[in-house]
Amino acid sequence: MVDLALQEGAVVSVAGTMRARALDRLRLGDAVFRHLTRAAAVAVLLLLSGVIIALIDGSLPALRTFGFAFLTTERWNPVTEKFGALAPIYGTVVTSLIAMLIAVPVGLMIAFFLTELCPQWLRRPIGIAIELLAGIPSIIYGIWGLFVFAPFLQETLQPFLINTLGNVPLIAPLFSGPPYGIGMLTAGLILAIMVLPFVTSISRDVFEAVPPVLKEAAYGVGCTTWEVVRYVVLPYARVGVIGGVMLGLGRALGETMAVTFVIGNAHRISASLLAPGTTISATIANEFTEAVGDLYTSSLIALGLILFVITFIVLAAARYMLLRIERRIG
Amino acid sequence: MAGRYALRRHTNAIATVLALGATAVGLGWLALILGSLLWHGFRGLSPTVFTQMTPPPGSSGGLLNPIVGSLILTALAVAIGTPIGILAGTYMAEYGRYDRLTSVVRFINDILLSAPSIVVGLFIYEVMVAPMGHFSGWAGGVALAVLVIPVVVRTTEDMLTLVPNALREAATSIGLPRSLSITRICYRAARAGMVTGVLLAVARISGETAPLLFTSLNNQFWSPNLNAPMASLPVVIFQFALSPYKDWQSLAWTGALIITLAVLALSITARSLVASGKQQ
Repeated sequence: MVDLALQEGAVVSVAGTMRARALDRLRLGDAVFRHLTRAAAVAVLLLLSGVIIALIDGSLPALRTFGFAFLTTERWNPVTEKFGALAPIYGTVVTSLIAMLIAVPVGLMIAFFLTELCPQWLRRPIGIAIELLAGIPSIIYGIWGLFVFAPFLQETLQPFLINTLGNVPLIAPLFSGPPYGIGMLTAGLILAIMVLPFVTSISRDVFEAVPPVLKEAAYGVGCTTWEVVRYVVLPYARVGVIGGVMLGLGRALGETMAVTFVIGNAHRISASLLAPGTTISATIANEFTEAVGDLYTSSLIALGLILFVITFIVLAAARYMLLRIERRIG
Repeated sequence: MAGRYALRRHTNAIATVLALGATAVGLGWLALILGSLLWHGFRGLSPTVFTQMTPPPGSSGGLLNPIVGSLILTALAVAIGTPIGILAGTYMAEYGRYDRLTSVVRFINDILLSAPSIVVGLFIYEVMVAPMGHFSGWAGGVALAVLVIPVVVRTTEDMLTLVPNALREAATSIGLPRSLSITRICYRAARAGMVTGVLLAVARISGETAPLLFTSLNNQFWSPNLNAPMASLPVVIFQFALSPYKDWQSLAWTGALIITLAVLALSITARSLVASGKQQ
């Protein structure tokens, strides 16, 4: 009897240690998993700081050589190793502005159509189709822009602009010169198509988040559909729309391949929108692999740093605004 | 009085027409781009595209090495980027949902999500290509992985947040440790959404050109070696489209058609996955 009891006790204690061991293993696995996920989250932060540090490190030689003048000079001469970023910065800003001037009104009108006018069964297919525009890779826009869109513009829109707006005082210089096909205007138009889905889908989302009660009240006092959108929906959704626009702007500023195809890669600032120019991203894409000499490479990386800083500010502002409207809705 | 009403009605009519017009422009543009892709790319689509190497100018050939290169680079990027992205998303949704760290990571991740991809290329050039001294497939794959991570983080976090808390409480109440309740319960509940995130990430990187230009560069020949420059479809399209040779240009169109079809198929699959997930 005693023996048996002892044996039983031994069994229990063996089971107990096995159980403790299994629990220890689980506890260990738990802690490992927890720290692994935390490390991955921190890695995302390190990624961004790594990008910033690498860009600053790479651009130091150029910034040391040229100083602040790098931002304000137009010349870009690989032979004499004199570099200035003004022409690419100008091109980036102008093409993005053209894109936003077109994409914002069109995107808002599509969002208006999708939320107020469109029959229910058509909303999803049209929404998806517009979002597919965002899924097409930028190189496709580039090849299409170069072989289809630019020749088309050269024959139709550009001669028309030169003959009409090119004769209007004040804005005439903007539309002077021969129709090249490729150039700032073409790049801006392609960017507009690429940015359109971002503006549209975010505007649609914030339009849909407007409380129906507000709209019904406005309809109730006899507003037309347009008046409801203009005086009720748009003011309510304003912050979100601006956030969407900034997000689109961030895309337009950093877009590379589509622009590289159609901008013409000319390092000069021309008054005419029809003239070839260059942007920050197009310059890097075109010249980086061919850049000889540390100063040349470093100047291109400095361009990348400028682009990153600009888009960082724009995107941070966009996120801040979208966060604000999310809080109000949530 | 009547004039004022008429004016309002007219304004409304004009706005309606403009909205219709804008939508038509958006849809028309999509049709136009897809149409010209099919028109220019379909003619060159033949079995030789998938069985032969890229040709020197003036002779016929295919896109076999860039297609294989693209597949290898994409697989590498997904293999590196997905685990990091899923783990980070898990931390944000499960362990640190109300942490300060989480809100900072979310903000930074959103910025990475739309950061210019060419800057990512420069970054990888600085940290991998320059120290190694040569362009390589590894560098290209890592550059693409940097683009995969934010997409996967975002969708993982969103999808795990949607998992009802009752599931987690049930798991805890039967004594499951946290890590198991996440991997065995929450991941399964959120699987469709997380797969969608990976698909969207693949769709995004399969057309990316800018980060590959100075990381994996290009290779005229059969190039499965990750330590050497590697051909990829987008970079070959870039090179061929800007060349003066007709053969190369037509191959570029064919390549563009292949990429677009692949990307559209991926994003439609991802969408239908989400839709079927919602119905369950």
